[in-house]
Amino acid sequence: MTLLDKTAIDDARLSEATAGDYMELLKPRVMSLVIFTAFVGMVAAPVALNPMIALISIISIAIGAGASGALNMWYDADVDAVMSRTATRPVPSGRILPDQALAFGLVLSVLSVMTLGVFVNWLAGGLLAFTIFFYAVIYTMWLKRWTPQNIVIGGAAGSFPPMIGWAAATGSISLESVILFLIIFLWTPPHFWALALFKTGDYARAGIPMMPNVAGEASTRRQIFGYSLALAAVGVLPWALGYASAVYGVAAAALGLGFIWYAWQVLRMPADDRVMRPAKALFGYSLLYLFAIFAVYLVDAVVERAFLLGAMA
Amino acid sequence: MDIETVKPTEAQQKARRSRNVAIALALGAFVVLVYVTSLVKLGSALFIRPM
Repeated sequence: MTLLDKTAIDDARLSEATAGDYMELLKPRVMSLVIFTAFVGMVAAPVALNPMIALISIISIAIGAGASGALNMWYDADVDAVMSRTATRPVPSGRILPDQALAFGLVLSVLSVMTLGVFVNWLAGGLLAFTIFFYAVIYTMWLKRWTPQNIVIGGAAGSFPPMIGWAAATGSISLESVILFLIIFLWTPPHFWALALFKTGDYARAGIPMMPNVAGEASTRRQIFGYSLALAAVGVLPWALGYASAVYGVAAAALGLGFIWYAWQVLRMPADDRVMRPAKALFGYSLLYLFAIFAVYLVDAVVERAFLLGAMA
Repeated sequence: MDIETVKPTEAQQKARRSRNVAIALALGAFVVLVYVTSLVKLGSALFIRPM
């Protein structure tokens, strides 16, 4: 007599997933952007946070963002498998079973929200929970496969981290943190559509209704340009509303003009251009833009505070 | 009674060890974090207890 018959043994296949595979489920590159923008929101807030509480906030936000990435990879394994960019992810490549990714994502979601809520405050914890829900359910399960506005609306999920950082420090939401949200929100469509332009075939194969497959490339290029104009305008708002110095204003204006210039190159890209160098250039520049504008905002806030402290001394 | 067990391959054993180490580190880090954060939040009040 045997305890397990042969088929049961084959089914209960032992995992070869390493810790690194689980790390990959957390989408570390997205996570780094989340950590950075949440940190900027936290430091820009007018309330100084205990360094230990700040650290636990950042860790919770990062883990929460990672958890939503794991839930996304659990649900999207079928479409990830047919796209060149995502086919080697742990679930579609078979290194991690879908159930394992789901459990990992759920456990980390609950843990990160509870930690942020208990140790920092429940507004921040609630915002983090909403962000995870929005990304995993509203975007991944609903919008992504249904409408070409998927990444426009879904972009809200990626825009929340600076607001969560701000809420962690102040326990509130303010216009200043909403503007930080808006910068990422308006940045998302040109960033992803630039990628979608030169990966159209991938998304079409996977049956994902990205803007270039649904509305056509010409329309996508016009919309990229429109969002770029809006982004450049919102980028200088912190200076216009008096939240940031003129130095920030000049830097944001220059970065915004750069964005418009790259978007303009995409707009006048010939219809038969298959190499799409301008789209790839815009995609690269968009990453630089987001990092740079938040970095300038951060430095501006820190320098202003140092001056205030100096004036008081 | 002959009990048939599943023998993990070398790759499976290596992967399991890597996961175990990661879980141990994560758990340890979480415990330290909760401990230090408790101290920060409660401060000396942590040691004030009714007898």
